[in-house]
Amino acid sequence: MDSMNKITENELPLFEVFIRSKNGLDHKHVGSLHASDAEMALTNARDVYTRRSEGVSIWVVKTTDITASNPEDKGNFYEPSDDKTYRHPTFYEIPEEVGHM
Amino acid sequence: MDVVNTDKNWSDEKLEVAFQTKVDAEQRIEPKDWMPDKYRQTLIRQMSQHAHSEIVGMLPEGNWLTRAPSLKRKAVLMAKIQDEGGHGLYLYSATETLGISRDEMYDQLHSGKAKYSSIFNYPTLSWADVGAIGWLVDGAAITNQIALCRCSYGPYARAMVKICKEESFHQRQGYEIMMTMAQGTTEQKDMAQDALNRWWWPSLMMFGPNDTNSPQSAQSMKWKIKRQSNDELRQKFVDATVPQAKFLNLRIPDDDLVWNEERAAHDFGEIDWVEFKNVVKGNGLCNRERLKARVDAHDGGKWVRDAALAYAEKQKLRAADAA
Amino acid sequence: MTDNQALFEYLLRLGDNSLILGQRLAEWCGHAPILEEELALTNIGLDLVGQSRLLLSYAAEVEDAGRDEDLLAFHRDTQAWRNLLLLEQPNGDFAKTMARQFFFDTFQYLQFEGLCQSKDERLAAIAAKSLKEITYHRRHSANWVLRLGDGTTESHEKMQVAIDELWGFLPEMFDMDEVDAQLLADGIGVDVSVLKPKWDDAVNAVLAEATLERPEDSWSVRGSREGKHSEHLGYLLAEMQFLQRAYPDAKW
Repeated sequence: MDSMNKITENELPLFEVFIRSKNGLDHKHVGSLHASDAEMALTNARDVYTRRSEGVSIWVVKTTDITASNPEDKGNFYEPSDDKTYRHPTFYEIPEEVGHM
Repeated sequence: MDVVNTDKNWSDEKLEVAFQTKVDAEQRIEPKDWMPDKYRQTLIRQMSQHAHSEIVGMLPEGNWLTRAPSLKRKAVLMAKIQDEGGHGLYLYSATETLGISRDEMYDQLHSGKAKYSSIFNYPTLSWADVGAIGWLVDGAAITNQIALCRCSYGPYARAMVKICKEESFHQRQGYEIMMTMAQGTTEQKDMAQDALNRWWWPSLMMFGPNDTNSPQSAQSMKWKIKRQSNDELRQKFVDATVPQAKFLNLRIPDDDLVWNEERAAHDFGEIDWVEFKNVVKGNGLCNRERLKARVDAHDGGKWVRDAALAYAEKQKLRAADAA
Repeated sequence: MTDNQALFEYLLRLGDNSLILGQRLAEWCGHAPILEEELALTNIGLDLVGQSRLLLSYAAEVEDAGRDEDLLAFHRDTQAWRNLLLLEQPNGDFAKTMARQFFFDTFQYLQFEGLCQSKDERLAAIAAKSLKEITYHRRHSANWVLRLGDGTTESHEKMQVAIDELWGFLPEMFDMDEVDAQLLADGIGVDVSVLKPKWDDAVNAVLAEATLERPEDSWSVRGSREGKHSEHLGYLLAEMQFLQRAYPDAKW
């Protein structure tokens, strides 16, 4: 659609962000952000996803550079745990104290 | 040995049944899974408007950042506002997994096609308002967000869990401000009561129309986008907040507010739905200012984004030349 | 001047720098050109306010006259403030804000690097903690000077104008007066005058890569060490201090 192309034509590219915490063993996908290049994506990721915690390792990858497996198999309706697409952020588990002020 | 069927061979009915089965079984729907188009559209609308709310929500509090009455309060407020921006970002990020870009979402916001929570169309007139927002507005948001942690769409649910975890100090910060003022000088007490008077009803309106007037709700509940009804959540919020106000020795501006022993819940007065509709329509005190601030920031900042892109492009070409 | 009076003065200068700059960055809240930048600016502003709290609290203790960080921040009039004139200049556009940030971050990094070796343990500790933050601030603002300088024609022009307008406020950063000299002699303070060549190298490198012209050293404005400020500081303080001044017996 023409109008949509106009809106997105000068958009900053999308980057996926992966963080390995200080005592963590591997980088986990935490989300995405927009930046003009990898260096800006890196410094932005620090602000957005690490809130200044020290000793973390950050990877940023342009979304378009990621190739994902296709979950559109019949199997996936019955075994969703097979779905390992990169767009599957692994956030925390629901904390128990959620609900108290 | 089973022959593998791809989606292309399944009828829409079959896909929809399988989809609903998954939802009913409390399984998460992920970005690349098949989903009904209306499910996708409903989520895009809800999630993007949630994101817009976080971003616009930075403005009423930002209004007092340079006037915070102590360095500690300034620092805490700055951290809170930063969180809100971050939450908006997580939500835009989660919404983009549904096939819409952030700039498209901005365009919808700026053109008035998409809305944000009406609560942010009210002005912050005193420092007590900052306290009231943290206590009541964040309180209402948390009530809503806890329910959403069990939303059927994976990225939205996960964003909610992350947000809830970070949100924990927001409400406490606001309540502490109210406490300090309620226990302070006469002028401070008056300021706190005045803030409560102005923010109470708009906070109740945050939960949306009564269930009987909410036609979308049934389908959203079926798809587990909505986990509890508007009225249920509103009741929850009132019951949690009344004792908090009591502790502050402040009066909630509702003559009909009374404990109902039978229901084991508070009865409360009727919301002014005329005001609600008016503000939603765009005629609240700050609607135009809020939107203008966002449009100015985005449009006024285009040269910055263009410059960053131009630099990136130049670097790419230089790298290619050097190779 | 007694040692304590000199140290108090010195800490005030450091603390005021961080607070005034933090306050200016807070003005960007909700108006940044990119959402990610919104978070970056608030992040940097928060770091600076944090620095100011440590420094002003320490200053108040050293003064030992019953003041604290808030009495210093909310009850001094302009003549008693010691921040660099550079930092109280209005934000202007994003180029001006980033230029101001870049010039100061580059300086503050060198200054605090030196302060890490201060004989005053508390000051050294504050400097060490802050240096980690300033390392990131400097990287961030340098990134923007590059991108705006070597971006589009429009951004290049805006950045050049910003640099030209701020240039004369910079020499003040490298001045040494009797207080600086005393603190240096005591092994507590830093000789900022010798930092200029390093600062020049760092700044020149970025300006060159950003295709920006280094302005002539043809004008300079100073006075912060004597509390002689530009007209901007009065308005900044009026806004910042309003609540405490309007309700003097209230606790917040």
